[in-house]
Amino acid sequence: MAELMKTIGIWLSAYFTLSIFSFLYKDNPFYKLAEQIFVGLSAAYWLVYTIYNILIPNLFNKLFTDFAHNWILLIPMALGIMMLMRMFPKLEWLSHYPMAIMVGTTAAIAMLLAFQSDFLSQIAATMVNPFKFSSPVDIVGTILLIIGTICGIYFFYFSKKQEGFYKIPSKVGIWFLMVSFGASFGYTVMARISLLIGRLDFLLRDWLHIIR
Amino acid sequence: MSEDINLTKTLRERRIIFLLLVLAVAIPIIFPFSLKTHSTPLTEKAFNLIESTPAGSPVIISFDYDPSTVTELQPMAIAIIEHAWRKNHRIIAMAMWPQGSQMADMAFSEVQKKFGEEKVYGVDYVNLGYKPGGMVIIQTMGRNLKTVFPKDTAMNDYDSIPLLKNIKTIKDIKYVVSLSAGDPGLRDWIMTANGKFGIPVAGGTTAVSAPGFLPYVNDQNQLSGLLGGLKAAAEYELLLGYEGTASRGMNPQSIAHLLILALIVAGNIRVWRNRKKEKMAKEVNNG
Amino acid sequence: MKSKIPQLLAFLSGLVILVAAFIPHTPFGMFEETLTNWFMIISSFAILLGQSSLIQSNVAKITQKAPNWKYHIATLVSFGVMLIFGLLWGMENTPGILGQGEKLAESLGSKPFDYLFEYAFMPLSSTMFSLLAFYIASAAYRAFIMRTFESNLLLITAVIVMLGRTSFATILTSWIPDSLHFLRLPELTDFIMQYPNTAAQRAILISAALGVVGASLRIILGIERSYLGGEK
Repeated sequence: MAELMKTIGIWLSAYFTLSIFSFLYKDNPFYKLAEQIFVGLSAAYWLVYTIYNILIPNLFNKLFTDFAHNWILLIPMALGIMMLMRMFPKLEWLSHYPMAIMVGTTAAIAMLLAFQSDFLSQIAATMVNPFKFSSPVDIVGTILLIIGTICGIYFFYFSKKQEGFYKIPSKVGIWFLMVSFGASFGYTVMARISLLIGRLDFLLRDWLHIIR
Repeated sequence: MSEDINLTKTLRERRIIFLLLVLAVAIPIIFPFSLKTHSTPLTEKAFNLIESTPAGSPVIISFDYDPSTVTELQPMAIAIIEHAWRKNHRIIAMAMWPQGSQMADMAFSEVQKKFGEEKVYGVDYVNLGYKPGGMVIIQTMGRNLKTVFPKDTAMNDYDSIPLLKNIKTIKDIKYVVSLSAGDPGLRDWIMTANGKFGIPVAGGTTAVSAPGFLPYVNDQNQLSGLLGGLKAAAEYELLLGYEGTASRGMNPQSIAHLLILALIVAGNIRVWRNRKKEKMAKEVNNG
Repeated sequence: MKSKIPQLLAFLSGLVILVAAFIPHTPFGMFEETLTNWFMIISSFAILLGQSSLIQSNVAKITQKAPNWKYHIATLVSFGVMLIFGLLWGMENTPGILGQGEKLAESLGSKPFDYLFEYAFMPLSSTMFSLLAFYIASAAYRAFIMRTFESNLLLITAVIVMLGRTSFATILTSWIPDSLHFLRLPELTDFIMQYPNTAAQRAILISAALGVVGASLRIILGIERSYLGGEK
């Protein structure tokens, strides 16, 4: 029975795969149906995991098994219920309270960590002596790294109009950004093609058994 | 009328391009050729982090991705789990994406086939499941891991799991590997686990995100190695000495890249010819 | 009141986190730990909110007979089926209301929830994103045209990186002598990624970090109130 169900499952997967691919020709009922099924499955998946991975172990289980030590969890539970009030227009204002706590917490954590990790550490990582390297490639590369970082940051400085001589570092910054975008495009192509390889591999190997 | 003709021509061109792409990917899958992949410093750095960590060390692998990126990240997950198990590291799996928990189970099942009964759940590995919140959760893990994960996915209590016996906070972890398809993911681990708690972090990302994480591979050791995309997964498999799904995927990847380059050249030739025609037509009109 | 108290809550929660970063001892550390624990629980209710919103909008489309309304029935059916399977028998190691469902798992090969995940959700998710490969191929033909110096720089870099990250990279430039090894495609690609790309990405990171600090301060101080929705 399990083998039969596995075969049915593979055919179901192939059906969904080809339904989505059919969109490449043009929009059609098979694609529309597959798309809506995907939305429904995705939402339910997330809900089930939220219930079993968070609400039960982190909230309900603690409240029901050891209320005396965990009664304070009633507060986030109440805040969570207030969040759900967003569905009702007259009570929507209640959802602003838990939203404010979440936004305030995230903003503070993000600010501290971004400043440490994306500002201070990155500046420290740029302050490298290029001539400590023995290889000329590394020396040239490190000099490019320092110039590129400074000019790139200068490009994003909008508080003063960049004209005349002050336009030059901005121009250099743009060149470095273009190189970076080109590299990103190359990697993006790699990523997208990889996704297609996965699907075609499934169709040819698991479904059609053309390859073993 | 001419607009309709142009639209038909555009549609026809698109469909030809799509068909060419399918052939460029399918044919090398059916008829593979042997071309070697070589490892790069970024992959080797991640490899060396795991290689140099002593046996018995508790480590975290965070599965921060969903099935849409399974082709790139699942082979990385399988390779890293195998490497960690070869080194007898004790793996704590968790996820900041809901589907990550299931991807973790699938990866463990796959690697378990090679190790058989040698690796025991609860002793050598555990799946703590999904928690939302990104850097907020990691920050809380820095104070008390049990508060975040009171139970594992099988609903076993934290205290009943042998692997977690001496692990109170994330500071007891020797390294973190985040397999990340976006946000929350690797950036949160770098900022929090490494930035705040000083724990070595290595990352596996989709190729799309990889260029953006390179600044973290620096003298400050914010990132101890980065696997970017299918090629990096193939490189890791090479370093471990086996040919998995990632290595097999490099053939169609290479041919598809050549096709994309050919399309770029063809597109530029088309535009150049159109410009030349327009220029000649303009000269005729003026002349 | 309705806007002042949320602003005060945002300020206080932000302040607790900021102070605890510098004074991690009691009571600030305890406050921070409590706040971050609560964050996880409140996030879950936010997820519940998203799900109920989805159901509401689909039901509305069906009752109002909006265009393609019949397909939205499939959304609700698939949602309901997956939810029931998950709640009743759980997933992977997690037991559901009716336990682990061993007999059912034996006949299906896995739990019903996992079966749907593996044979429906996974292929749908993977294939949806794999469509992007076709669009990038189409974009490469239509949009990637040499125009200005900057666009040429982008194009040339993309070509080098695309070639450098293939299995052909080594073969194509193996004829280059060792003294000029850095011009070989794999090394050239590594150089581009390690230096000019890193420089530009670092500039973006540093600039974005300043933006994050600015935006976060505005939120904590109550200057930025867009998260309250429709506030003036």
